[in-house]
Amino acid sequence: MGTVALAVNGGVRRYGSHTVLDGVDLEIERGVRQVVLGPTGSGKSTLLRLLAGLETLDDGTVARPDDLVTSTVFQEPLLLPWLTVRENVRLGGRYRANRDRFTDTHADALLDRVGMAGHADAPPAALSGGQAQRVAIARGMAVRPDVLLLDEPFGALDPATRAGLQTWLRGLAEADGLTLVLVTHDVDEALYLGTHVAALDGEGGIGGRWIPEPSEAPGGHPLRDEVLAGYRSQVVGAR
Amino acid sequence: MSTVVASRTTRPASPGLRTAFVAPVAGTAAAVGVWWLITTVLAGPESLLRAFAPQSAIPAVGALATDGVLVTDIATSLWRLVLGLLVAGVLGVVTGLAVGSSALLEQGTRPVFQFLRMISPLAWAPVAIGVFGIGHRPVVFLVAAAAIWPIVLNVVAGVRAVDPKLTLVARSLGATRRETLTTIVLPTVRPHLLTGIRLALGIGWVVLVPAEMLGVTSGLGYEILNSRDQLAYDKVMAVILVIGALGYGLDSAARRLLAP
Repeated sequence: MGTVALAVNGGVRRYGSHTVLDGVDLEIERGVRQVVLGPTGSGKSTLLRLLAGLETLDDGTVARPDDLVTSTVFQEPLLLPWLTVRENVRLGGRYRANRDRFTDTHADALLDRVGMAGHADAPPAALSGGQAQRVAIARGMAVRPDVLLLDEPFGALDPATRAGLQTWLRGLAEADGLTLVLVTHDVDEALYLGTHVAALDGEGGIGGRWIPEPSEAPGGHPLRDEVLAGYRSQVVGAR
Repeated sequence: MSTVVASRTTRPASPGLRTAFVAPVAGTAAAVGVWWLITTVLAGPESLLRAFAPQSAIPAVGALATDGVLVTDIATSLWRLVLGLLVAGVLGVVTGLAVGSSALLEQGTRPVFQFLRMISPLAWAPVAIGVFGIGHRPVVFLVAAAAIWPIVLNVVAGVRAVDPKLTLVARSLGATRRETLTTIVLPTVRPHLLTGIRLALGIGWVVLVPAEMLGVTSGLGYEILNSRDQLAYDKVMAVILVIGALGYGLDSAARRLLAP
C-alpha cells in the first residue's frame, strides 16, 4: 500500500439542475492504475477533470497537493496542428510550471519509446489516429507527471488499434511504475489495464470496486460477468 | 514538407505556362492600347487628355526620376505607409485580442466599430490636421484609421477560431493564462493576422495618396497636386503610374511574404 497521491471526498458536481457527481469518494495511491468505469454521461470525464484540477467541485473536497503534477490525455489526440510531432511532445517544456522537471532529451526519448521517433518532424496531420494518440500520451508523460490522467484515450480508435495500444500502455505503465487514472466505458479495457477498478453507479456515486488479477490479454477476464452485470443494471437504473 | 512545396510550384506551371505568361502581357498591352486610343486618337487636338497619353507620361516618369523628386516622394510615402500600418497593427492586435476573448466587449463594441468602419478615413482629414497640425502625423493617422479595421476584424475572427480543447490541453500541462495565449491563441491567430495585414496594406495605400493631398508638402499625393499646379499633366499621369506600379509591387510582395 503506497501513499495516496490524489483523493476526492464526498465530491458533488452539478451542471445547472443536473447533478453529475453526488458524493463520490475515490483515493488514488501512487503506483496504481485506477480505472473509472461508467457509461456515457455517468460523470466519469467530469471526475477526471476534477482530479486534473481543470474543474472545481460544488461540494466536497479534492485532496491534491500543490506540488502534485498531473497531465491529461484526452479522447482525441488534440495535437497542435502548427507544430511538428517533436514540438508537440516538447510543448510542456514551454511552460514555467514544468521548467525544473522538463528536458528536451527526455521528451525525445519518450517519442522513441512510443515508437514515433521516425515521425518526429512530421506534421500531426500526417499521422493515423493510433499514432497521434501515442504522441499525445508521450506529450502527457514528457512533463513527468506524478499522475497521468487518461480520458477514454482509445475511445475514438478502431478495435484492432485499440487492443494494440491497450497492451502497449500497460507494458509502458508497468515498466515505469506510472500512476494512471483512466476512465472508460469498456469493461474489458478496464479489467485489462486497471490494478484498481471503480464503477460509477449512474446516479453520481460509485457502485462497485474491484482489484482484478492481471490478465494476459484484453477480454475474457474472470470478473467480466460480475462487472458487466452491475454495469447493465446501472445503465438501466440511470434511465 | 518539401514534396508539398514542390508539387505546389510545379503543378500550376506546367500545363498553363503559355497562358500564364501570354495572357497578362496581352491584357497589359490591350490596356495600354486603349489608353493610347483615348488620349491620342479619340482626343481632339486641343484636348487636355493629350497630355495624359502614354508617349508623354512614360518619359515624364524618367524626367521626375532625374529631378530626384520621385525617389524622395516614394521614400516619404512609403515611410508614412509603414508608420500608419505599424500604429494600426499594434492597436488592432491589442483591440482584436481583447474583443475576441470577451463576449461582453464584443457586443459592446460591435455597433461602435460598425459605425466607425463605414466612415471614410478621409472624412477625418480636417480633424487630423486640426489635432496633429501639418506634416507626417495627420497622414499617418489617416492611414492607420483606414488600416486598423481589417486587422481588428481578422484578429477577432482568429481568436474565435481558437479550439477550446487545445486551450484545455495547455492548461492540463500546467500553462498559465499568458502561456496559453502565447502557445495556443497567438499561433491560431497568426494566419488571420497575416490576412488582415495584407488587406490593411491595400487599403492603407489607397488612402495614403488622397491623404497626402491635404496639409503636406511631400509625398506622391502631394506630387500629383504639385504637377497639376504647374499644368504639367504628363507628370500627373507619371505619378499615377508610379503609384499603381508601387501598389502592385507592394501587394505582390505582401502576398508572397504574408501567405498564411
